[in-house]
Amino acid sequence: MLAYILRRIAMTIPTLLLVAVAVFTLMRLIPGDPVQLMLGEGADPAQLELMRRQMGLDQPLPAQFLVWLRHALAGDLGVSTTNGLPVLPLILERFQVSAVIVLAAMAIATLIAVPAGLIAAWRKDRATDLAIVGASTLMLSVPSFWLGLLLLMFFGQYLGWLPVVGYVPMAENFTQGLLYVILPVVTLALVETGVLTRMSRASTIEILRLEYVTHARAKGVPESQVLRRHVLPNAFNPTLTMIGLILGHLLSGIAVLETVFTLPGLGRLMIDSIFARDYPVLQGCLLFTACIYVVINLIVDMCYPLFDPRVSVQ
Amino acid sequence: MMKFKTHTLIGGALVAGLLVMALVAAAWTPYNPLGIDLRSKLQPPSASHWLGTDEFGRDVASRAMRAASTSCLVALLTVVLATSIGLLVGVVAGFVRGWTDRVLMALNDALLAFPGLLLALGVMVNVGANQWGIVLALSLAYAPSVVRVVRGTVLSLREREYVEASRMIGNSEAYTMWRHVLPNCIAPVAVLATSMFGWVLLSESALSFLGLGVPPPAPTWGNMLSSARPYMASAIWLCVVPGLCIALTLLGINLLGETLRDRLDPRTEKSS
Amino acid sequence: MNFESTGAAPVLSVEQLTIELHGGAQTLVHDLSFDVHPGEFLAVVGESGSGKTMAARAILQLLPPGIAQIGGRIVFEGEDLGTRDVKAMRPIRGPGIGMVFQEPMVSLNPVHRIGEQMAEGLRMHTALSTPEIRARCLDMLRRVQIADPERCMDAYPHEFSGGMRQRIMLASVMLLAPRLLIADEPTTALDTLSQREVLDLMVGLAKDHGTAVLLITHNLGLVGRYAQRAIVLEKGRLVETGSVPGILIAPQQPYTRRLVDALPRRQASKPPADAAAQPLLQVRGLCVSYPGARAGLFKRHPPQHVIESLDLDIHAGEMVALVGGSGSGKTTLGRAILRLAASQGGQILFRGEDVRKADRAALRRFRLACQLVFQDPFSSLDPRMRVQDIVAEPLRHVPELDAPARARRVRETLDEVGLEQLGARYPHELSGGQRQRVAIARALVRRPAFVVADEPVSALDMTIQAQVLRLFQSLQAHHGFACLFISHDLAAVEQIADRVIVMERGRIVEQGTRDALFDAPRHGYTRALLEATPRPLASLASAEVEPLDERAFA
Repeated sequence: MLAYILRRIAMTIPTLLLVAVAVFTLMRLIPGDPVQLMLGEGADPAQLELMRRQMGLDQPLPAQFLVWLRHALAGDLGVSTTNGLPVLPLILERFQVSAVIVLAAMAIATLIAVPAGLIAAWRKDRATDLAIVGASTLMLSVPSFWLGLLLLMFFGQYLGWLPVVGYVPMAENFTQGLLYVILPVVTLALVETGVLTRMSRASTIEILRLEYVTHARAKGVPESQVLRRHVLPNAFNPTLTMIGLILGHLLSGIAVLETVFTLPGLGRLMIDSIFARDYPVLQGCLLFTACIYVVINLIVDMCYPLFDPRVSVQ
Repeated sequence: MMKFKTHTLIGGALVAGLLVMALVAAAWTPYNPLGIDLRSKLQPPSASHWLGTDEFGRDVASRAMRAASTSCLVALLTVVLATSIGLLVGVVAGFVRGWTDRVLMALNDALLAFPGLLLALGVMVNVGANQWGIVLALSLAYAPSVVRVVRGTVLSLREREYVEASRMIGNSEAYTMWRHVLPNCIAPVAVLATSMFGWVLLSESALSFLGLGVPPPAPTWGNMLSSARPYMASAIWLCVVPGLCIALTLLGINLLGETLRDRLDPRTEKSS
Repeated sequence: MNFESTGAAPVLSVEQLTIELHGGAQTLVHDLSFDVHPGEFLAVVGESGSGKTMAARAILQLLPPGIAQIGGRIVFEGEDLGTRDVKAMRPIRGPGIGMVFQEPMVSLNPVHRIGEQMAEGLRMHTALSTPEIRARCLDMLRRVQIADPERCMDAYPHEFSGGMRQRIMLASVMLLAPRLLIADEPTTALDTLSQREVLDLMVGLAKDHGTAVLLITHNLGLVGRYAQRAIVLEKGRLVETGSVPGILIAPQQPYTRRLVDALPRRQASKPPADAAAQPLLQVRGLCVSYPGARAGLFKRHPPQHVIESLDLDIHAGEMVALVGGSGSGKTTLGRAILRLAASQGGQILFRGEDVRKADRAALRRFRLACQLVFQDPFSSLDPRMRVQDIVAEPLRHVPELDAPARARRVRETLDEVGLEQLGARYPHELSGGQRQRVAIARALVRRPAFVVADEPVSALDMTIQAQVLRLFQSLQAHHGFACLFISHDLAAVEQIADRVIVMERGRIVEQGTRDALFDAPRHGYTRALLEATPRPLASLASAEVEPLDERAFA
């Protein structure tokens, strides 16, 4: 088992390296001289040179890459040009905000979607199925930012139950923090439930066709047990893959929701850094997000053997 | 069977409506979408302006229609580009295998590790925020998914006996790929392309919403929604209209995608 | 044994059973009535579309969604099962009636251990304690000859082969000692030797517990060997009932007679090939191995040798059959000879020229003269091409023929296989037998000198098998190509082959003329294969030799 884990981790290293190169290249391709931008239009050429040498920008590109990589691996992603704060701690702080919302939303979505998909597949083409499929299609067709806006308008401005702007971390004040987090979580959960329900339904339909399900029924196993013990564990795998994929993408896609609900999350940080041309922060965010994505996929891959003994561990 | 008809009808109607609106609006809209008329700003829906006016007095309906054109064009170009790249790379990787496959897939995975929105941001910072930039960025973001699907299909098709039969006849690998493998990849790619159209539309709206899409004053549903935020309480139609447009479009595309998937289900081919 | 006269009430009585697709689009079973007596072995015989599977499922109320029983009664031990709803059926399912299915690969849940799955039934229907349940499971596993039952209980289904899974399935079902066992084509997906084992076990277990067996099959050979009575279904209707072997020796109804006629039978043997002339194909010392599986981060297990140093001769115009169980390497050999699979050593001499390591020109010559007919009629034809295009494609490489000549050749070939009118159709519009004929046409359109046929009729229905086999034989006699006929079905081989080669685990263990091998087998493995193959006609009086007839299909 340990060998399997180590091997899987080893296989991600080339990908991570490629990601690092890609991020670095992307940033270097940006037109415009970052030093010029930092020091302004009328800066003295000698000062620009000094700055450049200080930032190591006069070195050849591969050397710059290695320097940057070395720093990154040590945890030093530079400092923000906007406020001079070190990048990595800033990212981590913002990441917590985004992560809470994403994880909570996915958990709720999974808890609803997997059973809903199961029941829909079980009662395929009957009223229950049509209702569930209809509802989930509607849910996944609604853009999350629009839904967020509408909910904010209704619960925030119209009813006044929930705050419209601002944020308080739950670590500081739990109940207060909760109020700020409810709407974004609900919005995201609604949309993701739609997606996951469809997936769960599709894979359950596949499983229900298989003979071991009929065999279980032929042994006289009660239907609820057939669903719970024979169908569910097998149908879960494809949904697990989907969850992994979605989680990875949500960490950045959540930028829109953070804009709507004015939350200080990672997505917002990225957008702001683009507008402010704050390249160290942008670079750090890209690298961080991409790494998280790879890590999530790794975790999902390692979960497979837990659910499917056919996935060999050797 | 009744369900089949209902969802196809609704989906078909919505998508047809969208396409018609997009085509018409490219040439004509009731009012000039960019026409500022400060005297009639923030008017609720009325007989003269069916969907009201925005903060600059521009007719919301016309802007929504023109936005349909823009979004559809962007989405279409993106889907075409992403699908072409994906097909090419996927078929080569899946068929040739070996080191070519491994290198291509490593690049693909690296690209996939950049969540779509981020990649789009990254590319657009370089190319600039205009229509072509968005198309390029989104194509790069979505092509890897096509590559994955195509490669998977090719891998399973390779094991089919008619591919072996083609080799047996004496056909070269290239000919076999072209004549036997590629045409049989079309079906899953078609299904993916339909869904992708919807995702691209959504991504483009999201980018516009964040201010990183097609720059104003050109209307897209995303930037209309974004500029409607300050007027949430006072001019609610400004929020409802663009969002509703996006939602209805996505609904139509999803329903049509359903139908396509049902039609192309390989299980319906085999008889027992 | 005449059951009607003993006066014992039937264990199962199906009366006028009618099953339809929802909405009445199609009737799958019409008015079917039959009885099963206690301890009896009844076979339900039919080809695909006969409704036999649906009838069996209806007994346990396990019809798939969209299909419903709309008429008739099913009486089990005197009680009309129609009065029981799904919940009330539970005590019947398992201890009353047990069912074994066809596909060993998907009949066991892959995520649960064997022990759990076997125990499930007992836990539900009996009040036994956990250690008692475990003891019974182990006992039963031993009874079905699973080595190391303890380990088996803790293992997962994917660790076992098809034959072993079917035995585990059988054990699991018979644990509950049902009064009736329904077996739906339980051995169709297994190779000859496993088939024999599983069915013998089934009969043994049924006798132990006095269980009646309802065997659904399309294989008349199995009927002849195991069943006491048989009913024949065609398109959902009962065509004939009778005791075995009576129904096979003297079938009353035309359909039954057609089924019996479809059984392969020995033909007159052709004069042996001229041993002095150079063989068309000579294989010397061929070795094929697969790289070993991964073991750890960088090591690999040693390579798996599939074929070791094999020698083989095939003369022009000869029909050589290659037989063996699964894992014998026969399919790999066929592919390796045609260079569709990589080989690691030896020579393959075609017309004296070594093609194993040949350059492109030599390979091209080889490919032009050799062809392969595949097993699966569904996946060997490109679904996007019309029949005439499929058959015409090989002619791309024959530049000597111009366009009109090619069209003529395609037409001739399609005529020969009896598909004249179907040139413009797509594969999915054709039946399995027709598709296989397209595959044969494609193989023969270039008039090859050598054809490898890899289980060409295994996936077809009985009567269609007979048609296609006879077609293949007459084509071979007419065109005179040499053929390597790979099959696990010794009965078909008996009909068609001149010479037979028997392989076991990558080596040739015996070869000889058809008559010599079938009448006087020398090697133990050959004998085991022959014994395991049910050949009802061999034991009946009518083992006459029949003349070859041309184009004997409807």
